[in-house]
Amino acid sequence: MITYLEAIRLAQQKALATDPRVFLYGQDIASFGGAFKATKNLSKEFPGRVFDATLSEDAIVGMAIGAAIEGMRPIVEMQFADFSTCGLNQIVNHAATLYYRTGVPCPIVVRLPSGGTSGGGPFHSQSMEALYAHYPGLVVVTPATVEDAYTMLFDAVALDDPVIFCEHKFLYNHLKAESLPETSLPIGKARLARTGRDATIVTHGAMLHESLAAATELAEEGFELEIVDLRSVKPLDTDTILASVARTGRLLCVSEEWPWGGVTSEVIARVSAEGFGLLDVAPMRVNAKDTPVPYHPDLWSVHRPTASTIAAAARRLLLS
Amino acid sequence: MPKTSAAVTQADYIKAYRIMLLSRVLEEKLASLYRAGMIKGGVFLGRGQEALSVSVGIHLHRGDIFAPLIRDQAGRLAFGDTVLDTLRTYLGSQLGSMRGRDGNIHRGRPRDGYYAMISHLGAMIPAVSGGLFARRLKGERGVVGATCIGDGGTSTGAFHEGLNAAAVEKLPLVVVIANNQYAYSTPNSRQYACADLLDKAAGYGVVGHKADGTNLLDCLQTLRRAVQNARGGGGPQLVVADLLRLVGHGEHDDGQYVDPKLKASPLGGDCLVIAEHHILEQKWATAEEHAVWRREVETEVNSTADRVRREPPPDPEEDDWAALSCPEYREQYATS
Ligand SMILES: Cc1ncc(C[n+]2csc(CCOP(=O)(O)OP(=O)(O)O)c2C)c(N)n1
Ligand SMILES: [Mg+2]
Repeated sequence: MITYLEAIRLAQQKALATDPRVFLYGQDIASFGGAFKATKNLSKEFPGRVFDATLSEDAIVGMAIGAAIEGMRPIVEMQFADFSTCGLNQIVNHAATLYYRTGVPCPIVVRLPSGGTSGGGPFHSQSMEALYAHYPGLVVVTPATVEDAYTMLFDAVALDDPVIFCEHKFLYNHLKAESLPETSLPIGKARLARTGRDATIVTHGAMLHESLAAATELAEEGFELEIVDLRSVKPLDTDTILASVARTGRLLCVSEEWPWGGVTSEVIARVSAEGFGLLDVAPMRVNAKDTPVPYHPDLWSVHRPTASTIAAAARRLLLS
Repeated sequence: MPKTSAAVTQADYIKAYRIMLLSRVLEEKLASLYRAGMIKGGVFLGRGQEALSVSVGIHLHRGDIFAPLIRDQAGRLAFGDTVLDTLRTYLGSQLGSMRGRDGNIHRGRPRDGYYAMISHLGAMIPAVSGGLFARRLKGERGVVGATCIGDGGTSTGAFHEGLNAAAVEKLPLVVVIANNQYAYSTPNSRQYACADLLDKAAGYGVVGHKADGTNLLDCLQTLRRAVQNARGGGGPQLVVADLLRLVGHGEHDDGQYVDPKLKASPLGGDCLVIAEHHILEQKWATAEEHAVWRREVETEVNSTADRVRREPPPDPEEDDWAALSCPEYREQYATS
């Protein structure tokens, strides 16, 4: 069985094997294989292509940008998504502006080990997709399955634009697949993870699996939920979302991010503006609580949305 | 230790001086266009820093990487930028390399190794380092990358991270600090606490060089040595040149806060005037020849400005408003 984490490792292996422009750069990723082992053995297999970086997120991204200008395809690993704020300037002001300003694209991939795990606490748990999606010039993807982790990372490397690859740590060893596909939906296309007539849940990342569990719970009560897995939050596949809402008339957005200005707000804004007439009732959303991510497992498990809080919200939506 | 490098010849000196002169005349034109309200955005000049800046650009070859900063008009011209593209960018011509999407000093042609600075100071140090890292991975040898920064910029995290990472990778990087005593209005006493910025070189494990920024010969010699060291495998080189910013921070600023004692000190000398006197003293050119040089560049600058002023501005209807290069993603972006 192949885990989500192993799929990420294998996608990098394939990228290194098939594209001489690819190299990996990040803290502890060479002989040590990375904090999560997402690059295990790759430095041995590809000598001179996998480099340990200094503890300098600004320099890591800045160097990746320079290398991309010179025609390389760097994949950068942030040790945790949270630390990417120390490289934020290079990502949002340099990588993201380069093509618009100069006409020279910036094909870098920044891997962000994202989202909460039990005991992670305020600085090892963050979901940063909305922060990066806010800036023009970045592609932001959030694979929720083993298959997507594999194909989307490979596709991200092939893309000429900077990609923020939000891989979810909770899914690393939790999700397993029999085999890996060669191709999949392109980046920018959402996927129907479940079909149903009664309401639409739009979600991404680890929340897909909480939402699927909630849908199973509600199916026992006679409600059929449709679930849209966004896969990429920028570009955002509004068409697939609107088509689903057209079928169900009800919308629940679920995200592990903080509520203010996040993916759920963007989806609801778009559906309200472009598909108001499709809605039978007001849209709803479930987000993490608007506090830093707590450390203690008892607090953390209530801080983020779970199958039961999603199911409870879905019931309210269905009965309204 | 720095190896000795080929001596700077009379021809080298004159070539550098004439680029400085062109830069000065071009910047005087930019200042007058600014006062006439014809510039789109701000104007930030390198008056007093031409000797240092030209010495950087003139020692780089085609195929090298250069990320100039705010006050590097002279170095840009020496590296191959043109009066035409400078004026196009300042005057907002659609035909400029930045197409109206960015302006003034934020211009470049990255494909030619001429990186376009972002405003955020220090950010170009890791970018040039990454470019050099890529060249090394591609098996290119003998490449040098240079970037410039001010005394203020040395206080950024990016300066520290970038120089440290370049040192760890032993990259052929030359970082040139124009120590012009002020960061906008902030004097060096409020910027750093080491005795001399050159002291930082030891901390990063890189070779340090000191230059008199008012003296063209010293700047040329120092940069020649630093660039040759980097090219020859000596790792990053940190050059610190002392001088004084002879203009306001930008043309909107009269710089009244600059200490008159500094202005009167040797730091306050004008490198262009000092170099001109040197040329005349050495009898490398007569006053008449010098006057011809100036008239030539004035003619070039004025006629180019007249031409650019007739060029079209960017057309909002024509701009594709696309921040991503992949066409299939463009239509999926929110348009409102
Ligand atoms: C990171 C960052 N902070 C603030 C600014 C605003 N700013 C632009 S130039 C400048 C002063 C720079 O001083 P120095 O580095 O000494 O260069 P100089 O202007 O003297 O050439 C400041 C504060 C900036 N561009 N970047
Ligand atoms: Mg300064």
